[in-house]
Amino acid sequence: MNASCTICVAVAASAIIAATTVAVPAIAADDPAVLRQDMMKSVGAATGMSAAMVKGEAPFDARVAHLALRVMNASANGFGALFPEGSETGAETEAKAEIWSDRAGFDAAVAKFRDDTAAVLAPPPADLDAFKAAFGQVTQNCGSCHEKYRVKK
Amino acid sequence: MRWIAAACVVGLIGLAGFWLLTMPRPLDAAAIANAQGDPEAGRLVYFAGGCASCHKTPDQDDPLHLGGGFALKTPFGTFVAPNLSPHADAGVGRWSLADFANAMQRGIAPDGRHYYPAFPYTSYQRMTATDIADLWAFILTLEPVETIAEGHDLGFPFNIRRGLGLWKQLYLDGKPFAPDPAATDVVDRGAYLVNGPGHCGECHTSRDAIGGPDPSRHLAGGPDPEGEGKIPNITPHADGIGAWSESEIAYSLESGFTPEFDSFGGTMAAVVRNMAQLPASDREAIAAYLKSVPPLADAN
Ligand code: HEC
Ligand code: HEC
Ligand code: HEC
Repeated sequence: MNASCTICVAVAASAIIAATTVAVPAIAADDPAVLRQDMMKSVGAATGMSAAMVKGEAPFDARVAHLALRVMNASANGFGALFPEGSETGAETEAKAEIWSDRAGFDAAVAKFRDDTAAVLAPPPADLDAFKAAFGQVTQNCGSCHEKYRVKK
Repeated sequence: MRWIAAACVVGLIGLAGFWLLTMPRPLDAAAIANAQGDPEAGRLVYFAGGCASCHKTPDQDDPLHLGGGFALKTPFGTFVAPNLSPHADAGVGRWSLADFANAMQRGIAPDGRHYYPAFPYTSYQRMTATDIADLWAFILTLEPVETIAEGHDLGFPFNIRRGLGLWKQLYLDGKPFAPDPAATDVVDRGAYLVNGPGHCGECHTSRDAIGGPDPSRHLAGGPDPEGEGKIPNITPHADGIGAWSESEIAYSLESGFTPEFDSFGGTMAAVVRNMAQLPASDREAIAAYLKSVPPLADAN
C-alpha cells in the first residue's frame, strides 16, 4: 500500500466514524439540524474521495471505494430521522420548508438514496469501471434531492 | 378653459408617446439567417440555452418533452412557460424561422404582442443568427406535445403587455454579441455562452427595482427573487468563486459538485443537467471567462 492510499483509508475511516456516530440520533441529544449537516459533510467527504478515483486523480483502491459507499449508505439510513417537526429553523439550516410540507416526497428521496447506495454495495465494486457506474448511480441523488429540498443561504 | 384644453393636448401627446414608445420593433430581415439550420448543431444550442429548464413538462425527466406548464414565481406574479413543441395548435408548429427569431431576440410574438422578460430574451438577443436557425431546426425535429399550458397569474399593471415596450427600451438594446479584441478565443467563446444562450446573468446578476439586470453587479449574485435563499456570486472575488480553479469550475458545471463536494441544488441543478450535455471545451471556455470578469464583492 502506498502512502497516499494510507491517507485515503485514514480519511475514509474518520469520515465513516463521523457518519456512524451521527447516524444514531438517539444517543446524541444534540440539535438534529447540526447532526444532519455533519452527516451531509461526511457524505461530501466520501464523494470527494470517490470523485478523485473516478477522475483518475487518485489510484483506484477497492477498500477506499467500499468505505466511501458505506459512509453514504450509513448516512442515508439515519438521515430521514433528523428532520423532526420543530427543526425547520435554527442552526443556519438550509433545509427547505418543502421537507415538512411534502414529507412523502422527501421520504421517497431519502429511500431512493438508501436503496441506490445499498444496491451498489451488493457486492461492492471490485474495479474502477464498476465503481464509476456505482458513483454515477448514487450521486444522481445529490442534485435531485438538493434541487427540491435544500436551499443555499 | 384654455388650461384644460392644454392639459388634454399634453395628455394626448403622452398617449401617443406611450403608443410609439411601446411599439414592437421586429428584427431587420438581414439579422435572420437565410440558410437552412442544422438540427445536430441546434441540439447543443438547445442545451446551452437551457430551454428545457422552463419549457419541458414538469415532473417527468425527458428534457425534450416540451409541453410547458412550469411556473416561475417572481415579485411581479407567476409566469407559466408555454408549450414549445412543434405541435401545430398547442405549440409553435405553424411558426416560421422569422417568427422564432423575433420571439428569441426581440421578445415579440407572431401577432406583435410583447413577451415578458421571464423568457430570457434579453440574453438570447446576443445569440448569432446561425445559432438561432440551428436551434429552430432542432426544435422542429422534436415530438409534438398536445398540452396547452395555463396562462400567467399577474396583477395590474404587469398584466398589460403593451407596457413592456417601455421596459424593452431600457433593457433590450438589440446589440449582437461583440467579442472582446483583447481576449483569447476561448474567453470569447465563454463570454458568448454565459451572456448569450447560457443566460447565467438572468439569475446571477441582481436586478433593479423594475426587474432589469444591473450591469454594475454583473454575475455578483444577490437574494433569490424567486423566493428564499440567495444566488451566489460567481465573479472571481473572495466572496464569489475566486478560490475555485478553472478546472474546478468546469467540473462543477459537468457534475454539480463544488470543490468541497457539496452538490448544486435549487434552480442550478437543472442548469447543470443542460451544461453536462455540452462538449468539455464549452464548459472550459465558460470557466475561463468566469475567471476573467471583474471581481465584485457581495452587496451589503
Ligand atoms: C434525500 C435528500 C438528500 C440527498 C440524497 C443528499 N442530500 Fe446533501 N443535503 C440535504 C439537505 C436537506 C441539506 C441541508 C441540511 C441542513 O442544512 O439542515 C444537505 C446539505 C448538504 C451539504 C452541506 C452540509 C453543511 O451544512 O455543510 C453537503 C456538503 C451535501 N449536502 C452533500 C451531498 C452529497 C455529495 C450528496 C450525494 C452523494 C447529497 N448531499 C445527497 C439533502 C440531501
Ligand atoms: C427562465 C425560463 C425560460 C427559459 C430558460 C426559456 N424560456 Fe421560453 N418562455 C418562457 C416564458 C415564461 C414564456 C412566455 C412569455 C410570455 O408569455 O410573455 C416563454 C415563451 C417562449 C416562446 C413563445 C412561445 C409562444 O407560444 O408564444 C418561445 C418560442 C420560447 N419561449 C422559446 C425558448 C427557447 C428556444 C429557449 C431556449 C433557448 C427558451 N425559450 C428558454 C420562459 C423561458
Ligand atoms: C435559473 C437560475 C440560474 C441560472 C440560469 C444559472 N444559475 Fe448558477 N446558480 C443558481 C443557484 C440558485 C445557485 C445556488 C445553487 C445551490 O443551491 O447549491 C447557483 C450556483 C452556481 C455556482 C456555484 C457558486 C457557489 O459559490 O457555490 C456556479 C459556479 C454557477 N451557479 C454558475 C452558473 C453558470 C456558469 C451559469 C450559466 C451557464 C449559471 N450558473 C446559470 C441559479 C442559476
